[in-house]
Amino acid sequence: MDEQYLLEIKNVSKEFFGNRVLKDVNLAVAPGKIHSLVGENGAGKSTLMNILFGMPVIHNTGGFSGEIWFDGKKVDIRSPEDAMNLGIGMVHQEFMLIPGFTITENIKLNREQTKHNLVSRVFGAKMKSLDFKLMRADARAALDVLGLTIDEMLPVAGLPVGYMQLIEIAREIDKRNVRLLVFDEPTAVLTEVEAQTLINAMRMLAEKGVSILFITHRLEEVLEVSEEITVLRDGEVVASLRAADATVERLAELMVGRKVEKVSLGRETQGITGSGRQVILELENLHVRMPGETVRGISMEVYKGEILGIGGLAGQGKLGIANGIMGLYPAEGRVVKEGKVVQMNNPASALANGLGFLSEDRRGVGLLLDQSIEFNIAITAVHCQDKFVKALCGVKLIDTKAITEHARRMIREVDIRCTGPQQLVRRLSGGNQQKVCIARALTLEPDVLFVSEPTRGIDVGAKRIVLELLVRLNRELGMTIVVTSSELAELRAICDRIAIVYRGRLEGILSPDASDREFGLMMTGEKPGRREVS
Amino acid sequence: MEQRRTQFGLNIPALVQSAGYPRLIITAFLLALMVYAAVLGLPIGQLVSSILVRFGMNAILVLAMIPSIQSGTGPNFGISLGIVCGLVAATLSIELDLVGLTAFFFAVAVSAILGSLVGYVYGLLLNRVKGQEMTVGTYTGFSIVSLMCVFWLMAPYKSPEMIWPYGGEGLRVTITLQNRFDKVLNELLAFDIVGVRVPTGLLIFLAICCALMWVFLRTKTGMAMLAVGSNPRFAASSGINVDKFRLVGTVLSTALGAVGIVVYAQSYGFLQLYTAPLYMPFFAVASILIGGASIKHATIVQALVGTFLFQALLVVALPVANEAIANNLSEVIRIILSNGMILYALTRKEAGGDLG
Repeated sequence: MDEQYLLEIKNVSKEFFGNRVLKDVNLAVAPGKIHSLVGENGAGKSTLMNILFGMPVIHNTGGFSGEIWFDGKKVDIRSPEDAMNLGIGMVHQEFMLIPGFTITENIKLNREQTKHNLVSRVFGAKMKSLDFKLMRADARAALDVLGLTIDEMLPVAGLPVGYMQLIEIAREIDKRNVRLLVFDEPTAVLTEVEAQTLINAMRMLAEKGVSILFITHRLEEVLEVSEEITVLRDGEVVASLRAADATVERLAELMVGRKVEKVSLGRETQGITGSGRQVILELENLHVRMPGETVRGISMEVYKGEILGIGGLAGQGKLGIANGIMGLYPAEGRVVKEGKVVQMNNPASALANGLGFLSEDRRGVGLLLDQSIEFNIAITAVHCQDKFVKALCGVKLIDTKAITEHARRMIREVDIRCTGPQQLVRRLSGGNQQKVCIARALTLEPDVLFVSEPTRGIDVGAKRIVLELLVRLNRELGMTIVVTSSELAELRAICDRIAIVYRGRLEGILSPDASDREFGLMMTGEKPGRREVS
Repeated sequence: MEQRRTQFGLNIPALVQSAGYPRLIITAFLLALMVYAAVLGLPIGQLVSSILVRFGMNAILVLAMIPSIQSGTGPNFGISLGIVCGLVAATLSIELDLVGLTAFFFAVAVSAILGSLVGYVYGLLLNRVKGQEMTVGTYTGFSIVSLMCVFWLMAPYKSPEMIWPYGGEGLRVTITLQNRFDKVLNELLAFDIVGVRVPTGLLIFLAICCALMWVFLRTKTGMAMLAVGSNPRFAASSGINVDKFRLVGTVLSTALGAVGIVVYAQSYGFLQLYTAPLYMPFFAVASILIGGASIKHATIVQALVGTFLFQALLVVALPVANEAIANNLSEVIRIILSNGMILYALTRKEAGGDLG
């Protein structure tokens, strides 16, 4: 340890059930410096932080390899408490504040100053009363560091989110021994002005000698505030550079870039890029209130026979689009399918208009886990289209034979590995469960199929099979497919056009051949992209 | 993995797994009790007859749990609502001076209609308290039974068989069906075989109910209800109106409960009014759970197996216990068994739990 670093992460690797999420990650933070960690969702940032904080999820899954050095000593962080004792603090993305308490109470929670009173002299320290004067003074001091003039006795409930974020930080500052603060995407929920206040506060803290590890997507902020930048991609450090040497473009490229494996699917597009293309679906000013994935006014067109990708970082609203159109979350706006208006907030109307959906929440929404494969495949068609139904004296009976037959055919066609149509869906692997979802959607014979996160929770081999299946549906059945995915690479492998969503709005539409830089910039909202590809 | 049967017989581990350890243990215990009963010199033929009767008279009340569990409202702890409907229907048939099978089928028809109406209102209530159906159901049942006590006192019935013998207003606590439809089903086509009297009519009636239920679960409506119960979010995304099919389940369950108590009463020979229905839901719930159902999944076979084991255990255990301990423990054992079973079912992990 010749060089003076406060925190050093050395060759850290982590596997989850044979799935490598971190590979030999090295990272060093000097005292009083701001170090930024950037990367896409799933790049391994959270896992790295979980290791740093000794979260149980790490130890329950076999621990990690590599070393963590803190203040020149090798440390073994077994729990968040260990981390706290070392002086590592965390400002959470979600607020961990009690709304009914005042700012002071929140800042001093569980570390209250107390004073003796009559009862406590008799019954012991547990009965001591709070020394509000002292607590207020401490809270005031912490708030002052952040340049916050707000009254420290106000309740937290009702404060603007920006203030809540700052109060979280004030709480960390108030912990006397804090030496390293981790900011986990703190500006994600803030307005520009609030974000600026926060960045100033970070600078001030750094000046006072606190090291800061800043996790964010906002590349401009990274350049503005940090000295060192580490870029993480697919669990590996792809670059470690000084802010002075970096540009937004360079970072975007590093963050997104990966060898896009052109799945040998033959991306001949059938006249969907020419002028003769037909619009199959029109979105007008679509708003969707899906928690964490709010859509704030998207208008776009989907062309008949294309595979349209919808990309963007997590929480920007890309998932809300399909969920809103299918009526699963409260939505407003206008959706027109081939001249007919699709009723909002009504899944039956969406299905009746020939729209199909594979949910991103496969186990929660997409499947009946405790029912058989054939039941899963048939139920929606039975209900919406009276398929497999035979009327007997006015009673609509289910034609179980036809269902089994159909299920067998589907199992063959989409290649579901199972013991038979009666097997419970719960017993299938993720990839095969996804195929059951696809089979269910196919049974409805939709014109437009929405597919959200088709490869989430599926192992690598099966991912490719699922993607190939989607392309086959598009090419062979002429089905229009709208794929929403966090994995840009898979969108670029199969899509004809890729729409990027940022902050609930359409940032732009790119060709899959556009450069890494263009994608990176658009996903981080750094540049209004080209509106259209031709 | 699906177990397969070998060519030469049953796959024992698979059989054990599909039956479940609780049922095997209870069955083994039951057989041991039977042997002990024989050793004590108790009349086995009578015991078996008694088991058959009790099985038949309780099974429909247990069957009523299936639609409510399958539609996602859990075991119907509010089945007492159906039960009081059935009692009203039965008292009506007496008031109208009907006798025999006419009286019985009149009571069945009226109870089904009343049960459906009440079930509809109850279903509306359950749709407002999603996730707490069991607790709300229990207390709805308690409240209604108590409210009905007032009804029994105030209702303008005139039949001397039902009102208090000293005249005036109000129905008796227990009304005998001796001259009405006492055992009309049990004795229908009944026959004796090796000292066992088989209540043919009762079993046929039960079989018809089961068959109707079986068919219902294979209709479009039944399938949609199953989807709603398995995963409401999935159902909604398939365009299925979740509330509507929960309502269907509750209506069916309540109506079946109403019919169930009429069948129960004809076999028992008495109508028990006032607070008698208070704890009946617990026995029905316990029965289906013993049969291997969970609060989210139940089949007809589980209902039948559960009812059989529960009733058989009571029938055999009581005389044996009385011989051995010389004390009347019947009610105590019944309560311990049913409440214990409910507790077990509510606390155990869902079979085949989500390990992913």
